[in-house]
Amino acid sequence: MTLYYVLQLLVLIGLVTTAAAVIWFKDLISAAIALGASSLILALQFYLLRAPDVAIAEAAVGAALTTAIFIFAIRSTDRTEGYR
Amino acid sequence: MKWKMSVIVRTVSDVMVVPIIVFGIYLILHGHLTPGGGFQGGAVVASATALLIVSNGALKDYKGDFSTMESAGLTFFFLLAFLGIVMGFAMFYNSLAGTGGIFGGTVMSGINPGYINTGGTVPLMNIVVGMEVIAALSLILWMMAKNSGMMEVEK
Repeated sequence: MTLYYVLQLLVLIGLVTTAAAVIWFKDLISAAIALGASSLILALQFYLLRAPDVAIAEAAVGAALTTAIFIFAIRSTDRTEGYR
Repeated sequence: MKWKMSVIVRTVSDVMVVPIIVFGIYLILHGHLTPGGGFQGGAVVASATALLIVSNGALKDYKGDFSTMESAGLTFFFLLAFLGIVMGFAMFYNSLAGTGGIFGGTVMSGINPGYINTGGTVPLMNIVVGMEVIAALSLILWMMAKNSGMMEVEK
């Protein structure tokens, strides 16, 4: 049971860190990769909360597909954040 | 401009595509027994398409095939929904459960490991939803990659 709480704490720290990194990065491809990492940690949290169905969907859609689509979209626009 | 990764990345992703697709098809076929189902398995298989596009930078012209597959999946889903009315029950009624045909076995009572030949129309709907999700997400990825210049269409 102690392992469960330690894992919950690690997931919480990882989620807050990656979510802050998404806002902090000015390079949008780095932000998209950080969003994928945040999504993967969120999938681990869904698995720990005994929702493996949602965890599979979150890992497949959040970590793989939206990251790829964000990168495709960033390549056809600007790479850095800011107004022109 | 031709986008292509190194030969190590391309070889590893060509090898890893096979277990990813097999795992996605496992999730679709066992949707009524274990966690997963049509949407989750389809998203896993479509991530294999994303891996191929990102690593190779080129894919054949599958636009018409994906479009046909998506339309066929939706059509079969609605036909399975109306099968309940045709058999004399309400819409979406599970009219194939326990009739003895394909996916028509009877469910054992008590704790059992789970038999795949049960469920009636539920596994069939998982299969057609999986077809639809694979085709739709792969089509979105294909169009986004082609129009952003990350992928060139092979002849």
